[in-house]
Amino acid sequence: VYQVFESVAKKYDVMNDSMTLGIHRVWKDIFVHKMNPSPGTLLLDVAGGTGDIAFRFINYVRSARERQLQRKLKNHQNLSWQEISKSYQEDQFKSLGDSQVVVCDINKEMLKVGKQKAEHLGYCEGLSWVLGNAEELPFDDDKFDVYTIAFGIRNVTRIDLALEEAYRVLKPGGRFLCLEFSRVSNPLLSRLYDLYSFQVIPVLGEVIAGDWKSYQYLVESIRRFPPQEEFKAMIEDAGFFKVDYQNLNSGIVAIHSGFKL
Amino acid sequence: GRAGLSRTEPRARDGRGREEEEEGEEGCYQLYPGHIPTSPLQKALLAAGSALMALSDPYRHDMVAVLGETTGCLALPNLRNKMKHHPEGYRILQERPRIRLSTLDMTRLRGLPDGSLGREYVRFLEDNKVSPDTRMPPKFVDDEELAYVIQRYREVHDLMHTLLGMPTNMLGEVVVKWFEAVQTGLPMCVLGAAFGPVRLSTRKLQVLATELVPWAIRSGRNASCILNVYYEQRWEQPVESLREEIGIFPPP
Repeated sequence: VYQVFESVAKKYDVMNDSMTLGIHRVWKDIFVHKMNPSPGTLLLDVAGGTGDIAFRFINYVRSARERQLQRKLKNHQNLSWQEISKSYQEDQFKSLGDSQVVVCDINKEMLKVGKQKAEHLGYCEGLSWVLGNAEELPFDDDKFDVYTIAFGIRNVTRIDLALEEAYRVLKPGGRFLCLEFSRVSNPLLSRLYDLYSFQVIPVLGEVIAGDWKSYQYLVESIRRFPPQEEFKAMIEDAGFFKVDYQNLNSGIVAIHSGFKL
Repeated sequence: GRAGLSRTEPRARDGRGREEEEEGEEGCYQLYPGHIPTSPLQKALLAAGSALMALSDPYRHDMVAVLGETTGCLALPNLRNKMKHHPEGYRILQERPRIRLSTLDMTRLRGLPDGSLGREYVRFLEDNKVSPDTRMPPKFVDDEELAYVIQRYREVHDLMHTLLGMPTNMLGEVVVKWFEAVQTGLPMCVLGAAFGPVRLSTRKLQVLATELVPWAIRSGRNASCILNVYYEQRWEQPVESLREEIGIFPPP
């Protein structure tokens, strides 16, 4: 799997746009909206490679923070101007409101691309990039408010270990969120989806990235991943409560959610 | 990493196997190292995609190679037959010589007299800073012998440059493509010959149209099949004599 992503890293984003015709952006937007992070949230994004979730998180938290500040100002309309300017100073450097995202990925190349993207797009604060393995995270227990893994868990050899690690590093009350390709139940759509996956995607891989085999592998790994209910059971086995899932596009993609209580 | 071949793992869902077979016998087995079996639909998509990509990004030599493999279904068997029915070509098909740095004795070739095939070939490689090892191995040809034929065509390409006296710049490559198009009938050569000149200046286009292309076409038509020459056994032969033997007119 490592070698697949090494060769895939640079063209990852281009390939995602081509393969999903840009729809992956919508999926990720919905994912972060479902997360609904408030300012001050500490997020761990695993297999976050090129930073798509992390950047969306920062955007979301930033606008949430702005609304928060505006509401605060409204409530402060009876204060003196000295008190108002003092509160400005306190909040000055907290455009993110202490929110932080740690992007963790097993692959150095993916992290490199992510860091470059962050610089290019102007994301500087609230971001950390850590090299690590989802099956054995380099973090202490009970540290994070939210754990996310978007299109990463199907590449983990021991999914059960990754889920246990997710449970471990989350604070009590923390939320587990997973965005992943899943099972399409509608038979007609399923056939079309298979046709597209097996006929078109490796061709796209060859033409755009010069790499047929990696994309053939990606398509197969999607088929091997457990369906919605089975994955839900696995998440429950790791100790999460109130586990639920939401299908997007009739099950092409699903968002699974669980809480550590 | 496990970037393994398609369909070697058992499927978790029922009916998967049936569906795979309906989609074509892709993923059954490799016919040669590097072979990727493809369905007709995939070949069509590859041909279209590689053509577009090769046009938009001329540095994607791998796309030119893929285009050649996916469109060569008529031309390649034709070439193979030409080789089979020629004594030297037949021997090449049997012995499957490969032109690679590891198989060539560069010092010996360099020591050959000026004007000999070996000496001029080495000179060409050094002047243009190219190596015979950069040729793409075939992936999408579904016949093991035809895969060798296209591999041979790729490896002989540099020798074509030598025999035609053309450098590796855009102009030289286009001229060689015209020659190869006439010689092999490969759609990729025809497309390359037709679209290659798009990136040339008008002055070069003029020279191309008035002198080089007509000469390339005449030579291509007159010459016997270039794949039927066992070049590895002719290093000492003077280039001019080989040109005459094959039927290539002297370059302008």
